[in-house]
Amino acid sequence: MSNIPETGRTPRVQIRLVVIQILVFSLLLTLGGRLWYLQIRNGKEYTDEAKNNHVQQVVQPAVRGSILDARGVPLADNETRLVVSASRTELMKMKDDGKAVLTRLAGVLGMKPQDVINRIRLCDSKTPKPCWNGSPYQPIPVTDEATTQQALTIRESSENFPGITAEPTAVRRYPAPGKARTAQVLGYLSPVTDSEIEKAKDTDSPFLRSDQVGRSGIERTYDKELRGKAGVTRYEVDNLGRVMGQAESDPGVAGSTLVTSIDARVQAVAEYELHAAMKEVRKETDKITGRKYEADAGAVVVMETKTGRVVAMASQPDYDPNAWVGGISAKDYSTLTSKASNYPLLNRAIQGQAAAGSIFKVISASAAVRAGHDFNDRYNCSSSYSLGSRSFANFESQGHGPITLGEALKYSCNTVFYALGHQEWQRDGGLTPKKDAKDWFYRTARDFGLGAETGIDLPNEVTGRVPDRKWKQDFWAANKDVWCKQGKKGGTYVQQIAYESCLEGNQLKAYDSINFAIGQGDVLVTPIQMATIYAAISNGGTLYDPAVGKAVISPDGKSVREIKPKAHGKLPVGPQTIRDLDKGLRSVVEPGGTAAWRFGGWPQDKIPMRAKTGTAQVYGKQTTSWLATYTDDFTIVMTISQGGTGSGASGPAVRNIYDALYGLDDEGNQDLRKALLPQPQKTLPKINRYGTIDAPVVKPYDPASQKADPAKSDGPAQEGDGQPPLAGPPPVWRD
Amino acid sequence: MPTRTSFSVSRYAPQRGPLVKLTARDSVLRRLDWPMLLSALALSLLGALLVWSATRGRTQLNQGDPYYFLFRHLLNTGIGLALMVGTIWLGHRTLRGAVPVLYGISIVLILAVLTPLGATINGAHAWIVIGGGFSLQPSEFVKITIILVMAMLLAAKVDAGDQLHPDHGTVAKALVLAALPMGIVMLMPDLGSVMVMAVIVLGVLLASGASNRWVLGLIGAGVLGAVLVTTLGMLDEYQINRFAAFANPDLDPAGVGYNTNQARIAIGSGGLYGTGLFKGHQTSGQFVPEQQTDFIFTVAGEELGFVGAGLILVLLGVVLWRACRIARETTELYGTVVAAGIIAWFAFQSFENIGMTLGIMPVAGLPLPFVSYGGSSMFAVWVAIGLLQSIRVQRPMTA
Repeated sequence: MSNIPETGRTPRVQIRLVVIQILVFSLLLTLGGRLWYLQIRNGKEYTDEAKNNHVQQVVQPAVRGSILDARGVPLADNETRLVVSASRTELMKMKDDGKAVLTRLAGVLGMKPQDVINRIRLCDSKTPKPCWNGSPYQPIPVTDEATTQQALTIRESSENFPGITAEPTAVRRYPAPGKARTAQVLGYLSPVTDSEIEKAKDTDSPFLRSDQVGRSGIERTYDKELRGKAGVTRYEVDNLGRVMGQAESDPGVAGSTLVTSIDARVQAVAEYELHAAMKEVRKETDKITGRKYEADAGAVVVMETKTGRVVAMASQPDYDPNAWVGGISAKDYSTLTSKASNYPLLNRAIQGQAAAGSIFKVISASAAVRAGHDFNDRYNCSSSYSLGSRSFANFESQGHGPITLGEALKYSCNTVFYALGHQEWQRDGGLTPKKDAKDWFYRTARDFGLGAETGIDLPNEVTGRVPDRKWKQDFWAANKDVWCKQGKKGGTYVQQIAYESCLEGNQLKAYDSINFAIGQGDVLVTPIQMATIYAAISNGGTLYDPAVGKAVISPDGKSVREIKPKAHGKLPVGPQTIRDLDKGLRSVVEPGGTAAWRFGGWPQDKIPMRAKTGTAQVYGKQTTSWLATYTDDFTIVMTISQGGTGSGASGPAVRNIYDALYGLDDEGNQDLRKALLPQPQKTLPKINRYGTIDAPVVKPYDPASQKADPAKSDGPAQEGDGQPPLAGPPPVWRD
Repeated sequence: MPTRTSFSVSRYAPQRGPLVKLTARDSVLRRLDWPMLLSALALSLLGALLVWSATRGRTQLNQGDPYYFLFRHLLNTGIGLALMVGTIWLGHRTLRGAVPVLYGISIVLILAVLTPLGATINGAHAWIVIGGGFSLQPSEFVKITIILVMAMLLAAKVDAGDQLHPDHGTVAKALVLAALPMGIVMLMPDLGSVMVMAVIVLGVLLASGASNRWVLGLIGAGVLGAVLVTTLGMLDEYQINRFAAFANPDLDPAGVGYNTNQARIAIGSGGLYGTGLFKGHQTSGQFVPEQQTDFIFTVAGEELGFVGAGLILVLLGVVLWRACRIARETTELYGTVVAAGIIAWFAFQSFENIGMTLGIMPVAGLPLPFVSYGGSSMFAVWVAIGLLQSIRVQRPMTA
């Protein structure tokens, strides 16, 4: 080749040919480099994109797990209903936004056309309920109560109902066994929102567009467990969506079953008794205000003392949780969220806070012991305690002379605790606190768990308040501007208070400490906190986290995850003090004690009862009734807002719950066959081979069953229907 | 003017038998550029597999016969090979004499496209439907005609030894002759082909030794023309869309950018070894439009991976490398200019075609030489190979 003559070839052409060759190979190299970049360097990214490209998902929603009571009775389960849904995206494609179709549908379903249209509109801040707050791309349920006939009509003439489907669907049901609604504890579901989908996208439990999410109560706390995992079948499709094959699929997992410590029977009793007690006390006239008691709200907690497990928890006013199923109606929603109905969605056992009143005295007594006072010394229970020009009276201005702290609990003597609180305040330096101020009363309140969440497995628990020096300072800093504006020296009572608060509201005053010693003033507690504290006194000092959930059982029944009791602290006093407190509380139901008249005939030798009554004053309102009690196994705390005295309003109800638990009649005779729960339910319900759990039958609570001898009793019943006077103080009514 | 030096093998060795003749030291078979021929053939056969994979499932295209396009592609390749053999047999010098006739035929054919005989496919009015499922894209052959007519003019006086480089008058004449068919193709409009032809003209001018002023002037005119065309709104919307999608394929992945996006996903998901033939999701799912023709490279990218797609680049590289050798080693300027024109054509068309699937060039409806499905293109590139072989074969052998 080298001998080829170069005739007719100029250097110009030769050079240009080389240039052409270089250009050509540069182009090829560019392609090669780009190919490497796409395929090797960024290959992974495109592989993922390619996967998404041709995979279509078909989703089978998981059936939500049931919520059972301690014996296996369903508190929340599912039923199959015929759900008629409308696809908004389909309807909006029509010229009239689907109005004609929806009107036709309303005709079939026997609803008003406007109601149907309202149900599928999207919620925003201006739209009143009903409206859809789930994803607009998901079929929106119009009704879940379609009859077979209606569903068939819709299906058979599908050309008249484009975008409308009628499918049998599993729908949440709250069966309220034995009338135990358990409303606020169970909570409710509502459709998932777009932002929630976005947030949970990359977690291990992402949401589906059709998901219902627990919004409150245990439906929310255990949402992840109950929800299960939707089955996803992935189909490979081509560019026109034709199925080419089946790609990897995730089989669905039904939601797990949650066994709670709630006993539906006891829950039914608690709900009935709370309601009955409130109804009863509304008939009574408050001697202070001269009006009938409002009894606008109340709560009761029944807890196992040795584990913190909640056996029953009721809150009034309550509601039917089934109202939420299939989308809540406008009327129901406004009722549930209105002031007129006093916000029945609130679980007042964990979200209601009030001054503790005298049930706080176990804390004050413990604080006194920690401060160096002897529990069994004698303290003067005078009829009133003077502080400068002010006089703090004992309840009903009765004096008892020198008594022990135990007796101070028995008689609920205020003046003993006034003096102790005042004394400690002075010892800490009064208005100008010492550097190492012990603040025993406030510190003890915190050590008992006040001012903090108990850690119950229910959402949105409130903390209450311990009004110590720091809180005073913070509260004043936040409010002083308003106070200083409102305040007027020598003005009305309110103006005078504001004036004083403006000047020195940041100081912990002597009367603050005196009030605090008997659970009055700015202190706020929740029923669940007090139940935790009284359970701790009962069990020797452990502050358990109250718990509703007891075990999570996989749908096949093979895996059982027990939720073990957890503690968040110990009482800050020694065993001797706890024994002293226990003895004092025991004497409260014994002759002379403030609750004795409510526990007449109680078999104190067999089932020792301890109790503490409380009547907390609230400015501008009627007193809050508190009753904290416990036996060796159970703690019951009840409170009624604007309900009068502790023993008066709550006494019979609490005793009836105990009677039901232990199978007692009102004369104290025990019949274990009637006893609902003489001992805490230790075992889990029996799980059958395929994971099913048999539910025992729950009979509704019959208040009359506790009468001593139904045969002999004629005329009005002695309780339940509420004949006996409640607020008046016949001292030995049960004796 | 055709010189009478063109020959056939038999004239040189009238006494030898056919088998001996073919295996003789100076036989045509021995003198063929086998690396180029085999690379081109490998590309065509690889193309057959890729076309098959891309069209197997496209039942609306293949009339229910999964082998329809495979068979047709192989048939096209066979016809292409025959055309190559015919071209070698005729010899490029013989063809030189027929250039005026070929030029005339080309002009008539592309004018026919503008008459009702022409058909529009994918927005480009560039086809003549012959019937029986066949259609002809004359612009493919016009590429050859432009190369030949320009080479004839530019090399005539130089090869005759009258001048060292073509004079301005000759260059101007050659450009006018090239501009006429290009203008008609532009009217179709088949912008992709016009772009290729412009690059061909550039390559031809460079290799002819025309003055730098012409070369630079042509580049300047090309840039100016591109600016005018875009600013004066001479482009159809689909053409602008293609450019918009090139600039930002994520702009509208379901619309304008769909093609490029899907193409890039297909190639990117191939990785090193690809998914295996027939196993590409993007290909079997028919996510890439025009995959058997303009986007054939995506099949290689997805199913054969970096290795397979790289092989196509290497094979193209071999063809171009051998063509460059032929351009440099031939003694006549005519042969050099023809070879350079073909190099410019193959190189630019391959770069544009693969570049658009890789997202570094705007989308233009150009087939990948040898690999893409399409008769006209296949025939044209094999004729070009025939020309290159002929230039090599007819190089006077020194005794």
